[in-house]
Amino acid sequence: MSRNREQGTKGGVHYYLQSTSGIIGAILVLFMVIGALSAAFGWLPHDPLIQNVNDILKGPSKRFWFGTDQFGRDIFSRTLDGMRRSLTVSILSVSIAASVGVTLGILGGYLGRWFDVLITRLSDAIFAFPAILLALAIVSSLGNSWIDTSLSIAIVYTPIFIRVARGPVLAVKEMDYIKVSRILGYSSPRILIKHILPNVTAPIVVQTALSLSWAILTESGLSFLGLGTQPPDASLGLMVADAQSLAAFAWWTLLFPSLFITIVVVGLNLVGDGLRDAWDPARRNS
Amino acid sequence: MQGVSKLQRFLFSTVTVRIFSIITTLFGISVFVFLVLRVIPGDTITGSFGIETGVLTPGQIAELRHYYGIDQSLLLQYFSWMKSFLSGHFGYSFSTGVSVMKLTKSALPVTVELALIGTILGVIMGIAVGMFSARKPGSFRDFGGQLFGLLALAIPGFVLSTAIVTIIANVFHYFPNGLEYMTPWENPWVNFQQMMFPGLVLGIAVAAPIMRTTRSALLETVDKDFVRTAHGKGVSPRKVQMRHVLRNSLIPIVTMTGIQFGYLLGGAVIVEKIFALPGMGRQVLDAITKREYATVQSSVMIFAIMFVTINVCTDLIYRKIDPRIK
Repeated sequence: MSRNREQGTKGGVHYYLQSTSGIIGAILVLFMVIGALSAAFGWLPHDPLIQNVNDILKGPSKRFWFGTDQFGRDIFSRTLDGMRRSLTVSILSVSIAASVGVTLGILGGYLGRWFDVLITRLSDAIFAFPAILLALAIVSSLGNSWIDTSLSIAIVYTPIFIRVARGPVLAVKEMDYIKVSRILGYSSPRILIKHILPNVTAPIVVQTALSLSWAILTESGLSFLGLGTQPPDASLGLMVADAQSLAAFAWWTLLFPSLFITIVVVGLNLVGDGLRDAWDPARRNS
Repeated sequence: MQGVSKLQRFLFSTVTVRIFSIITTLFGISVFVFLVLRVIPGDTITGSFGIETGVLTPGQIAELRHYYGIDQSLLLQYFSWMKSFLSGHFGYSFSTGVSVMKLTKSALPVTVELALIGTILGVIMGIAVGMFSARKPGSFRDFGGQLFGLLALAIPGFVLSTAIVTIIANVFHYFPNGLEYMTPWENPWVNFQQMMFPGLVLGIAVAAPIMRTTRSALLETVDKDFVRTAHGKGVSPRKVQMRHVLRNSLIPIVTMTGIQFGYLLGGAVIVEKIFALPGMGRQVLDAITKREYATVQSSVMIFAIMFVTINVCTDLIYRKIDPRIK
């Protein structure tokens, strides 16, 4: 078991680089992250918030790479700033969902009994909700700040991590080496962290990449409905919502924000595929 | 089997266990919805009065709280909601005074029709592209198929809907969803026009996971011995593909279809909003912003019941497809 694991972690990067989709995904995500970082540091060609009456709805040009919107704001700068916001919200929400979900899932799987029943019932209950509806319900009452949005998305995606972590724990805890560890008198925290956690890492990492992409879709969906980022701040979903009435004569208002959402979601999905291939010995040789 | 009475056998039979787990899940959901709506700040009064709540005197607020029944203890509120839910009228909407049952009666058919159209289109597209892809794994056509799956997954429904609305409004100078919503019984032609595009948007979203599932299930089945035997005894490749390979790959495809249909029944909020369809998604969206406890709770319970029912139906379909499952 431990030998397998060593191979898995040592050869991880090597195997990841063998997967074409993994490399393409990583490049796409890297580009988006660079764009978001440049927005975070203020390295943008224009201020994303400054309105300019003389430049309303100008098409893409050397000065405005992606054109301007109905207030004369630079769409390129706004798209990158929106990407920064989307990535921040999705990273925060998935971090919360993953840490809470994995902890509960491992504890539920390991401890069993009423605690496990409670955890699984709770996650089943949350699962029965359509994600966007639940996020809507929570965010409409929490508020519209990016932390509120992140929290509501985190609640929606926690059950996925509970399931992903709990399944392997149920299988691993019956294995001989865990029984031996218990007989040797190791404490439960030590067994959980040193012997069980490493065995559930692979599916959790893959799940994290995929959840990031869903979180971006949910965040932009909420903003589109007017329940996420509020104007005048830039957000990809909000830009698409504004473009509804503009796209007929100013296609660039719709195309570029949509393109960026799609690229980052495609990228994260490909990264997820690459990670899964790298960790799954059965797929390595195919 | 000594000492096992009929009663015991009944209690531990799969059906009973199944029903029991359904009931506890639904109970859990009802408590969860009820609490989520109350834990979060704001209530029906702030929901309907907005910032004007500030001008109300404490007496008026108390009066209103009493009128809406939210001055009772949580347990009492829960029981009174459960009573109205189980008795079938599902509680009343505060702003309109109409029972949630009546709202749902007009909204649910819209959502079900939309979800059915979306699922049917999605299954057709998904299985077709999946089969197309799986025929020659690693080939150029496989790449094309997988690219379709990836894009269908990554392009958000609201982007696709906005693009479609812009294009039809621009090219045809006509927007069917700008008219008042028509049921298929009132005007089937208008209804078809109003449902076609939102159905397509949802169908594309559903096609992505179904395409991926179909592809991997087919690739797994193709290597099985019975497929080689079928080829060996001279069955035509087409027949092998349809009768032997596809049929044996159906279980994961049906599971995925069931899950997706369940999500569409509740998850089409954005598409319903963009195409102005008066379905359940919009009902809940409106109710959430107005903090209509009864409407949100009961609608979500209806979603949950549908979701659970669909899961049970998928299980029943398994038995039909695969006689080995008893």
